[in-house]
Amino acid sequence: MFPSRYWREIPQRYRLEAAKCTGCGKVSFPPRSKCPKCGGVEFDEARLPEKGVVKTFTIIRVAPSQFVEQAPYAVGIVELEGGVKITAQIVDCPLEDIKIGQKVRIEFRRLQEDGCSGVICYGYKCVPAL
Amino acid sequence: MAGIVGYGAYVPRHRIKVEEIAKVWGTDAESYKRGLMLKEKSVPAPDQDTITMSVEAARNAVKRAGIDPVLIEAVYVGSESHPYAVKPSGTVVSEAVGTTRNIHCADFEFACKAGSEAMFICIGLVEGGAVRYGLAIGADTSQGAPGDALEYSAAAGAAAFIFGKEDGVARVLHTHTFMTDTPDFWRREYEYYPRHGGRFTGEQAYFRHITTAASQMMEKAKMKPQDFTYAVFHQPNGKFPMKVGEMLGFKREQMEAGWLSPTLGNTYSGSSPMGLTAILDVAKPGEKILMTSFGSGAGSDGFIFEVTKQIDKVRDVAPKTREQLDNKTYIEYGVYAKFRGKIRKAV
Ligand SMILES: [Zn+2]
Repeated sequence: MFPSRYWREIPQRYRLEAAKCTGCGKVSFPPRSKCPKCGGVEFDEARLPEKGVVKTFTIIRVAPSQFVEQAPYAVGIVELEGGVKITAQIVDCPLEDIKIGQKVRIEFRRLQEDGCSGVICYGYKCVPAL
Repeated sequence: MAGIVGYGAYVPRHRIKVEEIAKVWGTDAESYKRGLMLKEKSVPAPDQDTITMSVEAARNAVKRAGIDPVLIEAVYVGSESHPYAVKPSGTVVSEAVGTTRNIHCADFEFACKAGSEAMFICIGLVEGGAVRYGLAIGADTSQGAPGDALEYSAAAGAAAFIFGKEDGVARVLHTHTFMTDTPDFWRREYEYYPRHGGRFTGEQAYFRHITTAASQMMEKAKMKPQDFTYAVFHQPNGKFPMKVGEMLGFKREQMEAGWLSPTLGNTYSGSSPMGLTAILDVAKPGEKILMTSFGSGAGSDGFIFEVTKQIDKVRDVAPKTREQLDNKTYIEYGVYAKFRGKIRKAV
């Protein structure tokens, strides 16, 4: 990943910063320039909660080049408290134990690294809730 | 004086048992278990490092502090396993925690006492009025060379403390430090694994520095071992911290709450700071705690804390250290070797 693209996404990847429409209250993640519900263009900054539930997931066995070392791994759609859905890797859990409806929470992890000499990208993943 | 306004720890989920390592190298597991009092150690997942664990420990500390993280004006990450050789760990931690950008930030290194260095400096900055809140972190994902004695103990974990001018959950009563130039353990630039001076690492290094720092501090404070409910020392294995405590006149009961190494291993810069978090998880108002770290090279930092009433309000706000220690998944040596980058997939 180019350092510039990684850098632009830091607020979302590190702090789950979302945009809350001042008109209708819809929370968009990642933030958008126009509200998908009412078309409003003014937003307040909102921080997404760290707890959620697995809505669906898949196991990636043939991974894109930068994730080959991690395969096989799980990617899920997780509905966070409040209803916003995010896509995230589900880790710290044997693949056969991951279930729809499972309670998870956000943890800060390494997402990928650009070889041995490139930048290390950090961000959120989901882990089983304690 | 300053106080700890929030504290937090992070323990990775994976563990490897001493037997599992001994099986691979054909050594006697019982001698490590009895001789060094080690049963198992924590292992970071491939997507965990000093930065990720620091962020999790710091988030727990922010929760317990109950403050807006934007009020944190200093962040120091102490580690001997910073992911980058050049580029601070603290910048990532600061952004992830959501501190102010007008923050003083530095990464510290001093073998296993880099975390207590961070604590020492935050206390000074807060007391001097330079910053409102300072975040001090000790974290490591240290490695022992395959088959080396260190492989049985080198573990991963993090502890974070937010210091402020108020008493918080524990007032800082005294600090002290003792250091000499002692080549007991080192790692040269571009080398992957550290080297150590074998038996030299004990008496002249670990025991001398901790006993000197702790006894000088108690003398300065006009206190004796029996004045403390708890004591915690650096934990390179299970045996050394108990032995050094006994040498100083402490009893086993005073050291048990913070004695994590038998099932955690040596978390290097995180070691005695994580022990302190486990003590705060169970301590009562008015109780006094003595902490003394040790870092090879070599030196020790000492702290005396007095727990306040605030502790009862905040300890349940974030996961306790021993709860995290009990939440574990065992792995075999092959998986461990993959997790730690000792073997890599051909791509
Ligand atoms: Zn809207």
